[in-house]
Amino acid sequence: MLGLVSATAGAADSPASLMTRYAQEAGVAASTFSATRGETLFRTEHPGRNGEPVSCTSCHTANPKNAGRTRVGKRIEPLAPAANPERFTDAAKVEKWFRRNCTDVLKRECSAQEKGDFIAWISQVK
Amino acid sequence: MNYLLRGMGVLSAVGVVSVLAFSLPSNEAHGDGGGYTLPRLTNKNWQQECASCHIAYAPSFLPKASWRKMMGDLDNHFGENASLDPVTQADILRFLEANAADSGTSRIGRRVMQSIGANDAPLRITETRWFVRKHDEVSRATWSRKSIGSAANCAACHRQAEQGNFDEDAVRIPK
Repeated sequence: MLGLVSATAGAADSPASLMTRYAQEAGVAASTFSATRGETLFRTEHPGRNGEPVSCTSCHTANPKNAGRTRVGKRIEPLAPAANPERFTDAAKVEKWFRRNCTDVLKRECSAQEKGDFIAWISQVK
Repeated sequence: MNYLLRGMGVLSAVGVVSVLAFSLPSNEAHGDGGGYTLPRLTNKNWQQECASCHIAYAPSFLPKASWRKMMGDLDNHFGENASLDPVTQADILRFLEANAADSGTSRIGRRVMQSIGANDAPLRITETRWFVRKHDEVSRATWSRKSIGSAANCAACHRQAEQGNFDEDAVRIPK
């Protein structure tokens, strides 16, 4: 029972609470996050290994409501909360994947501003 | 008091039944596989973290030295960033070492060890001689089918790989 309580306590975040957090970190108002910039971040291609361009869409597909595939073929559940309400409800998980995936695709970590822009976009994908 | 005693009686009966269930001969035979069913292992972090990108490869497929090398370089995990927080990373490594090919806990592990040099620390399971020999009838064209992708995708053909079942009878190669 205790385990249950603490397990749910860890997942008390939401897209809105995450945006508030990233706004504080970036020193801007959450209302200034831009869904347009967030979508651009998702779709922009960067030089990858073997000269092939990579973007977030390489694994997540161009439609964030669709399931994607990892490089070894394992299913990735949809990224958009509209299709997968579990997304963006666990700050530690969100941070882990921004850290990994930004480093892979952009060759650097994403800024708090970029993370906020991204959530502003993905959370309103219908 | 009476209820308490009766309750305890029920509990211990359940205990006996479950001990019996786990010591049936058929279960023993599959505990460590007539070779190809791996011991049932549970480690929450191993399952959650490793299996978010690929199946949680069994620790007995590689020796301890391999796992140490791999877990020490998660920032560049076969070209991808798979970094973890230090606590989770250490927990998974302890688990991998305790059940590694050279830990003496599985038959597959012993076979893997026989197929590599004593000081080898391969990072790819698919490069051990054991793996190559086991798959020598699979052509390059088959590996690269879209439905399979690569030899790293065990579950494409070993449909119950996630459950540790690598029995040849359970293999279905997709078209």
